[in-house]
Amino acid sequence: MESEKVRSSRRKFLKSAATLAGATIGYSWLKSTQFLVHGAEPEDKSLPWYGIVIDIEKCIGCGNCAKACKNENDVPKEPFFFRNWVEQYTVKNDGSVIIESPNGGIDGFKQSVPDDEIFKSYFVPKMCNHCAKSPCIQVCPVGATYDSPEGVVLIDEKYCIGCRYCVQACPYGCRFIHPVKKVANKCTLCYHRLKKNLAPACFEVCPTGARMYGNLRDKNSELVKFLKTHTTQVLRPNLNTGSKLYYNALSSEVK
Amino acid sequence: MKFYLPPQISRLAIAFAVFITLFLVARHFLVPETFGQYGHYRGASLDDNAMPVIHFSGQQACLDCHQDIEDLKLQGPHKGIHCETCHGPGQAHVVSGEAKDIFKPSGREFCGNCHSSNAAKKKETIHQVNMSTKNPGKNCTECHNPHQPWKVKK
Repeated sequence: MESEKVRSSRRKFLKSAATLAGATIGYSWLKSTQFLVHGAEPEDKSLPWYGIVIDIEKCIGCGNCAKACKNENDVPKEPFFFRNWVEQYTVKNDGSVIIESPNGGIDGFKQSVPDDEIFKSYFVPKMCNHCAKSPCIQVCPVGATYDSPEGVVLIDEKYCIGCRYCVQACPYGCRFIHPVKKVANKCTLCYHRLKKNLAPACFEVCPTGARMYGNLRDKNSELVKFLKTHTTQVLRPNLNTGSKLYYNALSSEVK
Repeated sequence: MKFYLPPQISRLAIAFAVFITLFLVARHFLVPETFGQYGHYRGASLDDNAMPVIHFSGQQACLDCHQDIEDLKLQGPHKGIHCETCHGPGQAHVVSGEAKDIFKPSGREFCGNCHSSNAAKKKETIHQVNMSTKNPGKNCTECHNPHQPWKVKK
């Protein structure tokens, strides 16, 4: 038989538990603490959502993109760290693949294999894939790297502690520790230029139009039209990184 | 009815209250002001990333003064190639207007960067020459106008 005392203390317990739960939920709804509940910001449809296309058939391996990037973003020429670089793949008649990138392709390429031994050869410019579900953001312990509302993966240089976790997490090898600043560094899609309505430096200097960037939300943009009419592929699709860098005519040898 | 809390619980409650208060105070000072404004990052960092000065001025800035050169280029395959592809970053030149602030390329190696033959370059994309056999020792610009290289001086 339940006593009056037990019943009243149970009522009291339930009441205080409900108050506590209500207060917690109410507190989490306050705007300033919203990030405690969920990290993702609501999508702002008025801003562009940048994507990139690189047409391997058009790349001539001049290395202007890698050179311009270093100039524009004040990355020291040496040691050889790159925000973007070019690789040359050469498939020989015996099936072996040679991958070269002398100085990141910054000084151009010389074919090291005699022409009669080559089955096929091509250049692959590489840069940050600006993944929508990027591994580098997920591993940052301090929230110093993030996906901007425009879909550009950026680094907060003042907040980065230089732990190198993101450098290891990027499956595309696109990050490095800046030799002078000692914090993580990577392609920002020239965010400072995009904000001034200028093309990123590598797109500005590409002589053959092998690179293209644009708004993936705008279904009439050149970029989306290109994606509609070509067979494009992202690097390492099996990793499900949500890469927004699409390669046209990508061959299976490319890693 | 008097509310009864055992002393060990009430002492614990006070300790918890002190720790939580200390945590909230420390957090208030340690978390940057704009953290969480748009997501799990410092909102002001977006402005930081938009801050750096540009070095490449963009094609339009070149055309403001040098439309005549662009007209030469437009007549042939070098159309669509921006000035800064060969001349390098031009913002300093745009600001000062002085010739010393812009790079003037010269030499066989420079042209060869794009035009040297390589199995990886598509024939349809670019005109290629064998740099070791084509007029060795001579500068390309001795015969080719750099802005209209498809025309050869007689």
